[in-house]
Amino acid sequence: MLNDGGGTVIVDSTRNPSQPWIPDPVRDDSKRGFLKVEGLSKSFVPAKPVFADVSFTLDKGEFVCIIGHSGCGKTTILNVLAGLDTATSGHVFMDGRELAGPSLERGVVFQSHALMPWLTVRKNIAFAVESRWPEWSRAEVDVHVEKFVAMVGLVAAIDKKPSQLSGGMKQRVGIARAFAILPKMLLLDEPFGALDALTRGTIQDELMAIVRQTQQTVFMITHDVDEAILLSDRILLMSNGREAPGGYLPGGIAEVVTNTLPRARTRAGLHHLPGYYELRNHIVDFLVTRAHAGDAH
Amino acid sequence: MTSLNLKAAFVSLLLLALFLGIWYAATLPATGSATTSAVAAEQAEYNKMMGKEAGSGKTTGFPTLGQMGATVLQQLSDPFYDNGPNDKGIAIQLGHSLMRVGMGFLLACAVAIPLGFVIGMSPLLQKAFDPFIQVLKPISPLAWMPLALYTIKDSSVSGVFVIFICSVWPMLLNTAFGVASVKREWLNVASTLQVKPLRRALRVILPAAAPTILTGMRISMGIAWLVIVAAEMLVGGTGIGYFVWNEWNNLSLTNVIFAILVIGIVGMLLDLAFARAQKWVTYVE
Repeated sequence: MLNDGGGTVIVDSTRNPSQPWIPDPVRDDSKRGFLKVEGLSKSFVPAKPVFADVSFTLDKGEFVCIIGHSGCGKTTILNVLAGLDTATSGHVFMDGRELAGPSLERGVVFQSHALMPWLTVRKNIAFAVESRWPEWSRAEVDVHVEKFVAMVGLVAAIDKKPSQLSGGMKQRVGIARAFAILPKMLLLDEPFGALDALTRGTIQDELMAIVRQTQQTVFMITHDVDEAILLSDRILLMSNGREAPGGYLPGGIAEVVTNTLPRARTRAGLHHLPGYYELRNHIVDFLVTRAHAGDAH
Repeated sequence: MTSLNLKAAFVSLLLLALFLGIWYAATLPATGSATTSAVAAEQAEYNKMMGKEAGSGKTTGFPTLGQMGATVLQQLSDPFYDNGPNDKGIAIQLGHSLMRVGMGFLLACAVAIPLGFVIGMSPLLQKAFDPFIQVLKPISPLAWMPLALYTIKDSSVSGVFVIFICSVWPMLLNTAFGVASVKREWLNVASTLQVKPLRRALRVILPAAAPTILTGMRISMGIAWLVIVAAEMLVGGTGIGYFVWNEWNNLSLTNVIFAILVIGIVGMLLDLAFARAQKWVTYVE
């Protein structure tokens, strides 16, 4: 438990389930435990899991970020949630049902935007919309596509190919495509990693506005501490596995940090909020000094 | 850019003129008058008997530019005539060749593209098919000819088979390679959208692999056009290859040269058509 002077940062550890959960007053109980991850582990080398015993829950409408160094298995966890990869052990439940394979109920935004270069923006999104609602007419699909293209402010570029767009615009299309299938939850794999700082800031603000408006549940990987603080309600801090003198220690979720900054925050005003620096320092300290399994807490 | 094109065109014309000039100079009647006056009367008599009359304007060697031009004009003025099995117009012969190439090529497409798709998607089949492809690919298509003639018993169909067998490998290998190297991320998009296998094959894998597949088709067509001439020389009957062989037997070098020119131009046009198609399916990432 970290308790700074301002008392704004609450930290609880999943390694210690006896610790009481501190409820967020805005959330009601019916939305609890929308996504449940239980005892997830993944090993590429037998008996040396990259991560083990990863358990966490996401409530409906919650925005959760996961931070950790490269190789800690963040992307594997996201791929398991997306159904693109399978865990060595453990279970994932969404809405009370166990996940089996990919599903249109979970929209994914890929780090590399993953747009089909031979299709225009319109057709890229239409491909997703037609997959979701195969019975829709062309006109219905078109109306739906245009609505989501407008949402990310790309109406002028709707009939362009991805190669004619900037990196930021491509990622906006990726976001629009994920939102357009109206998934129950969004999975974002470091979506802004390849963007310059200015573009990143703009799109973060846009994403936050859209998420707030649509009450979307989001799970996002990031390397950017400020991005995590800006966007998320909770931040999962992941440790890397390592060879310790007493044997191999797998990585896992070392800490869950609850973000108590007011939900109505902006990129520009973030660093003026009380408690921001304590939160940021805490996460940075974790990444610098404690991001390996078995490091002293 | 345009000035570069203009310059290139000018140099091309110069090269053509140089080539024709050399041809012209090399086929000039070999200083005829000087030698005829020197031969003895008996020799002249003998020459006359042999049809090598002095001053008759005939040269024994390579055709001159004038003879060549006359042949080209004559062939092009009536390309569709048909005076029996050994005397058909150039367009009819070309038609036969193009028909065989087209049929063999389409047959090869029908086999190679679906099979390449399956091989490209399955690492198991890729490994299983590999030894066969590696052994069959380097075989000269003409080596199949006796086997084809024996089993098919029809020379024209055997020609089609030879075209099929030479077109199939580049297309098969390129399709399999193109399909196997479709980016993981596009397949991931398709699976998160729960796209059904057939729709995924047609809407994601096919357009993603299309440039590679088209490259294979272009290589195949190039080989098929090389092979058809040789195949028709062997099989006989009709076609541009048979025309070349027939005119060689007629000792009509002008017609042989004309046919060579036509083969080159048609081959170029076929290649250009595939280049155009390739441009159409290529995407910029």
